[in-house]
Amino acid sequence: MGLLTELKDSISRVTDRLFTDEEPKRIGIYGPPNAGKTTLANRIARDWTGDAVGTESHVPHETRRARRKEGVEIERNGKSVSIDIVDTPGVTTKVDYEEFTDEMEEEDAIRRSREATEGVAEAMHWLREDVDGVIYVLDSAEDPITQVNTMLIGIIESRDLPVLIFANKIDLEESSVKRIEDAFPQHKTVSLSAKEGENMDEVYDNIAQYFG
Amino acid sequence: MPKATNADDLDGPDGVQIDLISGERMERMATTEKIRMILDGVHDGNIVILEEGLTPDEESKLIEMTMAEISPDGFNGIEIETYPKSETRDSSLLGRIMGSNESTAKLTVIGPANQIETLHKDETLISALVSRN
Repeated sequence: MGLLTELKDSISRVTDRLFTDEEPKRIGIYGPPNAGKTTLANRIARDWTGDAVGTESHVPHETRRARRKEGVEIERNGKSVSIDIVDTPGVTTKVDYEEFTDEMEEEDAIRRSREATEGVAEAMHWLREDVDGVIYVLDSAEDPITQVNTMLIGIIESRDLPVLIFANKIDLEESSVKRIEDAFPQHKTVSLSAKEGENMDEVYDNIAQYFG
Repeated sequence: MPKATNADDLDGPDGVQIDLISGERMERMATTEKIRMILDGVHDGNIVILEEGLTPDEESKLIEMTMAEISPDGFNGIEIETYPKSETRDSSLLGRIMGSNESTAKLTVIGPANQIETLHKDETLISALVSRN
């Protein structure tokens, strides 16, 4: 193949890539530890592909490495959106292995904390480099105004990434979606229970609308 | 009569060092330098107070570098508190183009996670308890 033809093909590939809408959007699921990110990722993946993404647990930092489920096709109201779901470890500024020693042996706790720190670092790096949109999951039974939440939402805003806030765990008695809406009024908040599958229709409507 | 110096006094004063870093000093530094300075201070058990705070990008890099330095039985991370950002910040298109959205964070307090505990925070006050550990 001649140099000119190669160049033309190369330009054509680049322009095709620029103007096609077929590439799945990489949607990062972010939020603090134990907000229910993996439960939500699994719910979405199971509903649309039949497979789960990862293991769910009540122990913080169960998800220590980002996990990706590729090519999840969500169809809503005649509109179809293809997304890669990236389930990330809970973001925090500190990890102490002793927090896990009630649940496991010291050696396992140390390994867990090491993996957790690597996972958080990776998730932060991806947020700067590799995601097209963010689903920010919060436990609606907890106070949303924490330094990490405010900081993360600020980082997401500074990158101009589309973000949907999911107020999870509405099945809990102490849940307050309004507290989350009041904390981040500049963003759309959708309430749900990923565990019970409550309000998932609205979840999918909003995913299709925001990331489609 | 002056009091005799005992051996403990030679180890230096017993207290917590607070580094107050001016916005002017931070302005002259690259992102990596700023983060290195903060983490070195926190590793030494100091409380670092930044007059101008960090940009969102710098905050994300601070978290990433903090994670890389956490070790069992050693450094277990940072506690960070920042005043909420000003409501009057310029979020217009022009403001974004000019980058004025990048550095509106107010004063930021950073310390070792095992030594600093935030007792109260609102728009005008950060109240923290610092233990000598």
